[in-house]
Amino acid sequence: MSKYRLSRRDFLKSAGALAAASSLPVSMVELAFADGRKNFTFAYISDAHIQEITGGKFVRNWDRGLIRAVAETNLLDPKPDFVVFGGDLAQLGKKSELDHGAEMLAKLDYKTYCVLGEHDYYLDLGKYWSKLYGDQYYSWDHKDVHFITLNSIITFDEWTHDRWPSDEQRMLEMAGLDNPNGSPFMVGKEQREWLRNDLEKVKKDTPVVLFSHSPIQKIYKGWNFWTDDAEEVQALLKPFDDVTVIYGHVHQIQYNQISNISFHAVMATAWPWPYPQSYAQAKSHLPKLTVPMNRADPFFERDATGWQLIDLESGRTAMNYNLYNNTNRTVAFDPKTGKPMDTAFQDPNDRVLPQTRY
Amino acid sequence: MKTLLVCALLTAGLLCGVIVTHGGPAKGEGPPLGLPPVPVPEDNPQTPDKIALGDQLFHDERFSSTGDVSCATCHDVEKAFTDSPLKVSEGINKLTGTRNAPTVLNAVYMRTQFWDGRSPSLEDQALHPFLNPVEMGLKDHQPILEIVRTDPEYMKAFKSVFEKTGDEITMKEVTQAIAAFERAQVVGDTPFDRYFYKGETDALTASQKRGFEIFVNQGRCVSCHVIEQTQALFTDNRFHNIGVGINDIQGEVPGLARKFLYAEATMTEVDVEVLTNKKSSELGRFAITRGFDDLGSFKTPTLRNIAITAPYMHDGSLATLRDVVVHYNNGGVTKEGDTVNDYLSGGIRPLNLTDKEINDLVAFMEALTSPEFAHLAGKADKK
Repeated sequence: MSKYRLSRRDFLKSAGALAAASSLPVSMVELAFADGRKNFTFAYISDAHIQEITGGKFVRNWDRGLIRAVAETNLLDPKPDFVVFGGDLAQLGKKSELDHGAEMLAKLDYKTYCVLGEHDYYLDLGKYWSKLYGDQYYSWDHKDVHFITLNSIITFDEWTHDRWPSDEQRMLEMAGLDNPNGSPFMVGKEQREWLRNDLEKVKKDTPVVLFSHSPIQKIYKGWNFWTDDAEEVQALLKPFDDVTVIYGHVHQIQYNQISNISFHAVMATAWPWPYPQSYAQAKSHLPKLTVPMNRADPFFERDATGWQLIDLESGRTAMNYNLYNNTNRTVAFDPKTGKPMDTAFQDPNDRVLPQTRY
Repeated sequence: MKTLLVCALLTAGLLCGVIVTHGGPAKGEGPPLGLPPVPVPEDNPQTPDKIALGDQLFHDERFSSTGDVSCATCHDVEKAFTDSPLKVSEGINKLTGTRNAPTVLNAVYMRTQFWDGRSPSLEDQALHPFLNPVEMGLKDHQPILEIVRTDPEYMKAFKSVFEKTGDEITMKEVTQAIAAFERAQVVGDTPFDRYFYKGETDALTASQKRGFEIFVNQGRCVSCHVIEQTQALFTDNRFHNIGVGINDIQGEVPGLARKFLYAEATMTEVDVEVLTNKKSSELGRFAITRGFDDLGSFKTPTLRNIAITAPYMHDGSLATLRDVVVHYNNGGVTKEGDTVNDYLSGGIRPLNLTDKEINDLVAFMEALTSPEFAHLAGKADKK
């Protein structure tokens, strides 16, 4: 009887081939740093959008997405060093929603870092979220990598404080897409100053990984796939050799390279968004490098949602997208092209054509 | 307009039947109503002699360590090629496995074999039960080869079918013949097929027609148990966690899953592990692929002849079709209010079906029995 199963070593050799198969092995790749520093992985879960319907009853679909991501992340072996939750734990920022979501997240067996999303923020301006998770922006070092978390979803003071008759109204306005009453996200002057100071202490050859909820690049304003002061934040990151920005909010696979900065989006556990270019009313700046996902099968509620395991190799990231009811994907920095590339589908000839529905 | 469309589709179906060169059941020309052409591998064309040889091998009890178990023991034609009403199959010395015997009927259309799809073809599948310690219990295939190489009747048949004698006869020929026999077990032409593909409006009862509506709409059944314009295999050939089996081992999943990560197991070792260890069995296709998406997931079975092959699910844990529908209606738990497992497939959610709608859905599934086996209807429940 033939050995049908690949050993972990074999997996390393044929990772590209396997990425095309339907499953991600629980036992993930361990890649050694070329210069002997210790490589590590972390997992990323994002955009759970836990939503209370009424009186302690929550949307089952969103609950199931987060429950599954947490359970699967706990099965990872070798264990990731930590988990990041990328924001939008709640749908309308309610205490009940944040509590319900936090209860699910608490089941993670790992240290968890949280990013603030606009759905967590605009009801009480992050008050209850901060009670649960602390600072809205912070940094830390882990195994020679400098990590930063920003609150990238604030906006103009007038919009935030002086425009809306109620907190609930403000929350709803910010939650809407294509909303003429909306307002663009930004990091803001105070945090940019903090970031400048924070980065001063960091050596230029230290890999920097920044987590934000919005993209820190300008993709599509109508849906706030957008950070208004993106260029100014990018400028602060420019002196460093290896920078990666990982963001939530967009609920889809996106990747891009702007000078020294690699950008990666993560999946939601709640629902997928379509690619903005399919929406013709406004100009899209969707990164051209991105290979679109083969879109959701509407029957499977979890299709085109998921979570990701991230390898940090030589300070550069490989995003392993664990996609429910779909083909797993890996987008990794390619030193040859100097950009993140999809390991299986970058060549247009290798792509899975989108499903045609009649 | 609708009639025209149906005619056109039927014509297309017939044409397909003609194109197939050596496919199809031995008795008919095209596939039965409601089924596509039978896929036949190029290196194992169907011939009547080969099917007859496969029939003989399929029923030969000498191929087990105790001499009293054959393929047909668990795949009995009189029970629509299952061992109904057993929950899980009984092999040598009444040893039981962990899984319910799936029917051989229309198994040829499955893209993978076994509940977890661990085998890619009928030919490969036939190799494994011989060696499984709770099935036919042989140490290796040698005893089978000794019999087929020396038994005069087999010698004659292998010579005529494969032009091979003595040591030239290997398990390849044995399994090719068994697969050819299984490939001939294709049945369609059910009341549903006559209703949907032939336009016989009175082929279904009023309740069955309502059940069909629920099947394709509120029940969401058709998303996995596929019905197409010209054929209905009632399977998507995919694997889903629907909350059966895995619900019983929820707290133990991390430990059980880890067992499969580090062991360098052969296909045979996995075969033994999942059929002899109930808890490992419940990991489903994960034991084969180690993919998270496959945790607790099993292959979508066909629903053809489902009413005569009780009990249900990979572990035979649900006694009646009604129990099955109630399980789905509860959103993936057999008892309302039980804990839904963390890895549940996205398609499974509460359906809000009424009692009457559940009855109609069951009635519809009773319209999926082929005429060849109609005499078994009602028997399975009574046993």
